[in-house]
Amino acid sequence: MRKLKEFIIDKLIFICGLASIFFVILIFLFLSKEALAVFKYVSPVDFLAGKRWYPISEPAQLGILPLIFGSLMVTLGAAIISIPIGIACAVYISEVAPSGIKEFLKAGIELLAAIPSVVLGFIGMVTLVPWVKRIFGLPTGLTALSGSIILAFMAMPTIVSIAEDALYSVPKNYKEGAFALGATHWQTIYRVLLPAASSGIVAAVMLGIGRVIGETMAVMMITGNAAVIPHSILVPVRTLTATIAAEMGEAVVGSEHYFALFAIGIVLFIISFIINVSADLFLHKRS
Amino acid sequence: MVKFVAKDLNIWFGQVRALKNVDIEIKANEILSIIGPSNSGKTSFLRMLNRLNDLSPGFRMGGWLGFDGEDIRKIDICGLRKRVGMVFALPLPLPLSIFENVAYGVKMHGERRRPKVCALVEHSLKQAYLWDEVKDRLDVSAFKLSGGQQQRLCIARTLAVEPEVILFDEPCSGLDPISTSKVEEAMLKLKKDYTIVLVTNNVKQAARVGDRTAFFLSGELVELDSTEKIFTNPADRRTDGYIRGEFG
Repeated sequence: MRKLKEFIIDKLIFICGLASIFFVILIFLFLSKEALAVFKYVSPVDFLAGKRWYPISEPAQLGILPLIFGSLMVTLGAAIISIPIGIACAVYISEVAPSGIKEFLKAGIELLAAIPSVVLGFIGMVTLVPWVKRIFGLPTGLTALSGSIILAFMAMPTIVSIAEDALYSVPKNYKEGAFALGATHWQTIYRVLLPAASSGIVAAVMLGIGRVIGETMAVMMITGNAAVIPHSILVPVRTLTATIAAEMGEAVVGSEHYFALFAIGIVLFIISFIINVSADLFLHKRS
Repeated sequence: MVKFVAKDLNIWFGQVRALKNVDIEIKANEILSIIGPSNSGKTSFLRMLNRLNDLSPGFRMGGWLGFDGEDIRKIDICGLRKRVGMVFALPLPLPLSIFENVAYGVKMHGERRRPKVCALVEHSLKQAYLWDEVKDRLDVSAFKLSGGQQQRLCIARTLAVEPEVILFDEPCSGLDPISTSKVEEAMLKLKKDYTIVLVTNNVKQAARVGDRTAFFLSGELVELDSTEKIFTNPADRRTDGYIRGEFG
């Protein structure tokens, strides 16, 4: 009897374990099936490198290069803002802050992670966007820069909490060893703790960026959604994610537009996959 | 000449009193061994000498501890730790190459001239009896070395910043007898130029290398005398009991 129970539980867990992989494979297959159909209308090169995204003109022009650039620019901007601030914040929390402030800050960071993206987008729209417009004297504040700033806020909690974990798990002995050689606190942080925690910190950055590149709602609300190749960070852009979200509702099922949106999904899937795998590689390097 | 003077030294970690009214003098160019069972305060005392205890939460001290006649609390802490180096129980190479491990402290204290750094690295590795074993592979990761070699690397790293005093905190606790004898050999050679304070759980090691030996028990200094006297004719019965292995 106990053996049977053991057996059932064993198999049940096995099935649950398989289920996650099974669903990923199903999703990928479904995406591919719908996405590959687009290549009946447009070659892969024209799709990825085409400069015009006019999906409902006649004939439809399905080049997603402006969208890729849009996503990359917003992500890069968010990375440039959030990485230094996030790492500095993690160092402050794990090394400098007295314990009272430390707990307070950690709670604050978690709260930041809990804000729904649509709320962040909304706040960005009514506060940040007019501000960007005024400071740079632009015709519109709905720009890649605004998107980058808001996304930086979304990446920060991930970066801070994982980087802080990485710093915390550096053996205490390293720190004492550096101090015993006469290192100042900053020298210890900069030359011992950060290098020792580097793989965890890189993973933190990767996961933060992964979150940014997949983010949809906030960017759709504040980047202006113009599908043109951006030449500066102060113009409206449209990202891959926002395109799918904005257009899926109106695309005719089975049209080339519909298939193109699925193909965008595949591109996003591949980008996130690469980022997550590289984050994983760095995390495992640590252990 | 006297290096360290402790007068009525008391320390606490939170509510726990780790040292009780310790009076001790450490002379220049001697090896002072400190023996005692665990929790006797010997490591806490050692970590007073380079103020590493300051890192522990809830640390307080009372009494006086002087280094070269100066109040240790008034000396710049980084300068103090440069002059008073420390070798830890577990060999603790940084995640760097052999060369960079030794050069680390040197560079940190502002020495940038490459030839000077190289010369110091070579000299320190020779003093720690490691040079011949590593001279052909200085750019290999320090983790590739054996435990005993890593410990001598840590000694070299400490020597490279040119300290006056070296504190050894149970430096051979994780080492085999042959590595241990190499570390002890290095210590005896270093005595000429440095003051050495050795905390050890190995009573025989204290007998082999110490000029004088101090016995700590429950945070008190029970007895301090020449090593010969401590091991042949100790004044206190508890010392006698400990070195004969009756408790510990």
